[in-house]
Amino acid sequence: MSAVDHVHDTHAHGHDDHGHTPGFFSRWFLSTNHKDIGTLYIIFSIFAGLIGGAFSILMRMELQDPGVQFLTDATGAPDGQMWNVLITAHGLIMVFFVVMPGLIGGFGNWFVPLMIGAPDMAFPRLNNISFWLMIPAFLLLLGSALVGPGAGTGWTIYPPLSSGTGHGGASVDMAIFALHLAGASSILGAVNFITTIFNMRAPGMTLHKMPLFVWAMLVTAFLLALAVPVLGGAITMLLTDRNFGTAFFRPEGGGDPILFQHLFWFFGHPEVYIMILPAFGIISHIVSTFSKKPIFGYLGMAYAMVSIGVVGFIVWAHHMYTSGISLDTRAYFTAATLIIAVPTGIKIFSWIATMWGGSIEFKAPMLWAIGFIFLFTVGGVTGVVLANAGIDTALHDTYYVVAHFHYVLSLGAVFALFAGYYYWIGKMSGRQYPEWMGCFHFWLTFIGVNLTFFPQHFAGLQGMPRRYIDYPAPIPEGLKGDWLHRTQYMIHETWMTMTDKAYVSPIDWGLHGWNFLSSIGSYVSGAAAVFFVFVVIYTAFFGRKVGANYWNAQPNTMTLEWTLPSPVPFHQFEIQPQVK
Amino acid sequence: MIKRTALLLLSLLGLTAPAMADYPRSWGLNLQQPAGVLSQQIYDFHDLLLWIIAAIVVFVFLLLVWVVIRYNAKSNPVPSTTTHNTLLEVVWTVIPVIILIVIAVPSFKVLFSQGRIPQAEMTLKVTGYQWYWGYEYPDHGNFTFNANMIPDAEIDASKGQRRLLETDNEVVLPIDTVIRVQVTGNDVIHSWTVPAFGVKKDAVPGRLNEAWFKITKAGTYYGQCSEICGTAHAYMPIKVRAVSKEDFAAWAVEAKTKFSANTPNQTLIVAKAEVQ
Repeated sequence: MSAVDHVHDTHAHGHDDHGHTPGFFSRWFLSTNHKDIGTLYIIFSIFAGLIGGAFSILMRMELQDPGVQFLTDATGAPDGQMWNVLITAHGLIMVFFVVMPGLIGGFGNWFVPLMIGAPDMAFPRLNNISFWLMIPAFLLLLGSALVGPGAGTGWTIYPPLSSGTGHGGASVDMAIFALHLAGASSILGAVNFITTIFNMRAPGMTLHKMPLFVWAMLVTAFLLALAVPVLGGAITMLLTDRNFGTAFFRPEGGGDPILFQHLFWFFGHPEVYIMILPAFGIISHIVSTFSKKPIFGYLGMAYAMVSIGVVGFIVWAHHMYTSGISLDTRAYFTAATLIIAVPTGIKIFSWIATMWGGSIEFKAPMLWAIGFIFLFTVGGVTGVVLANAGIDTALHDTYYVVAHFHYVLSLGAVFALFAGYYYWIGKMSGRQYPEWMGCFHFWLTFIGVNLTFFPQHFAGLQGMPRRYIDYPAPIPEGLKGDWLHRTQYMIHETWMTMTDKAYVSPIDWGLHGWNFLSSIGSYVSGAAAVFFVFVVIYTAFFGRKVGANYWNAQPNTMTLEWTLPSPVPFHQFEIQPQVK
Repeated sequence: MIKRTALLLLSLLGLTAPAMADYPRSWGLNLQQPAGVLSQQIYDFHDLLLWIIAAIVVFVFLLLVWVVIRYNAKSNPVPSTTTHNTLLEVVWTVIPVIILIVIAVPSFKVLFSQGRIPQAEMTLKVTGYQWYWGYEYPDHGNFTFNANMIPDAEIDASKGQRRLLETDNEVVLPIDTVIRVQVTGNDVIHSWTVPAFGVKKDAVPGRLNEAWFKITKAGTYYGQCSEICGTAHAYMPIKVRAVSKEDFAAWAVEAKTKFSANTPNQTLIVAKAEVQ
């Protein structure tokens, strides 16, 4: 971490030049300012997150009890296609329209230029179009459910299910166009970040003095620039298979569906690191600031991210162990995948070592960061289990996998989104959230998500496949009526079973029990999300006003954004800062 | 244990027909009970892994608890300035590598016994359709049949039938036999699995995937399609009845006559492709 020359604190006030702030329309719709674009991204991410989250609550409501209660067609029969459309939309929205815009477009845009002492991103107009491509992309994705059967392919869009064989109509075509636009947005953003970070650092800020969040964004940008074009190619081939008679993936024309899986996961695996690396960066700064200690093993931390990024490109086929790839291929990918645990372990231990000997204050961002470290460890070790091709035979495509990736993404990347929000909202808006609200939001979410996802490990071990609208538990006689009655009945049965040893409940506590717990957890998480919206609105209008360095970042943990006033003025660093 | 011994004794006396059946159990916390050579290996390896990952999680948790108690701002008002400790960094790189090696050795054993198919005593061919399974027995007269899920309305719980798992025709297989299973798909990708046997193979159109298993205990076993395949993905279960070699031979003779009129379903993709 670079030590910052404090003389520049005073310079900051000279930047308060509000004279150039454009009017509302040109400021928010034609914006070329990295902070405004970052804000737009964050608002977009929260909005998309509420939609994707609502879909997941609906899914959990459906799975709460055996049988199909909500997703039925006009005749009352289960509508499996509607279910598939929901899970697909949930996955694509969370990946492409919540986590990526939030972490990369939002916090990346806001804080990369601030942390390296740059006045803006290298290509401000490119930045603008990167954001505005997301809107039509999102509309295309949502719209795909309104034409034809909807895209019920899973976010992995494997052909032939996603080709003409499995999905007629225009839905999948629209979903492909949505990914084209989101992908173009990501690639343009990546080019912008790489250029900015390589060329616009303040004098004295060598690569080895660069804040870890900037390192994380640099590695992420490279992953994006190398991985997303492969997805673009794959889905374009799928598009021509669907519409123009090519046979890249159609076996009846000599193509191979497995080729698509290779191309998809060559993108898809780096994609999961694209989502988690910026989170690593945010967590590092928070842990350091609130422990009042510089990050432990800075170089190890930076190069751990670089090696995770590099190795992330050569492990993709661990998503395809059961697809029929050869034995030696499976052996190689098992070995390569296990290796990723090493740099990840370095990061976990370095964060703990940063706290060790520190003087820790448990403000909301720090709670989220510690929650992240612990839950990411839980998700990490189940990843080590899944890395073994031999065991994946039992666990592939079960709820164990669902539990694993939600522990690293929902409880990892999303925790980092919240951590970043509480850490930086004062810097971004000039107003601070009420501390109790941040802490309450944390504990409610922590309980909710663990209750949601921990039981899913057991359901998966027992063999419950993912992407299922229903599961093989008997439907007891008493389980009748609407959602409220069923919930009351279940709670009553649970209570009786727990308190009265002689009571024999008609409930099957197998998959039904695990799914019921998981659904209750999702309602708690949903309540926490609604509370967060309230926190955001309250903070934006009524939050307490704060100064430049409101977390009291120590000189040895300082990054450049704390030298600027809060909120950061429209133009910053008109006099270039120097880094010692 | 007592229950299992009792069941075993009863089955020796010929009192219970299915000695074993596996499906997701009440508050089941672990993998389904293995009933095959491969699934036993998976089960044992998972036990080992569970100890290792539990130890890691507990270790990290204790470190965090210690840090929170000992190094909060009240207990430790003056932060240290340590930022490096080469020895420590080497240790937390090398120890995980050693743990991974401890994992990798049995992992490869499990993988290679799945992947190296021994001399097969019989072959079962499985074809995935939207949304049912087709089975062929090429070594026993090449008869074929389809297995469709029994809908909820026809499930008779009093006969021990389980909703979403029962099929109209069941796959019958001999125990103590090396069975090669060849899996393919007719329309989209499906995945054929029976957790109790330690087998899961994708049914990919245009490919013939191979796997093997050896069942060690007679009984009824269930699996469910494990690759998203469209509307009725949750409604194409797999039901296998494992019987003694003699019983299987008798069943195969019967089945050959019973299913003699069937030919493998060849409603081909070409027809469907035209629909788009």
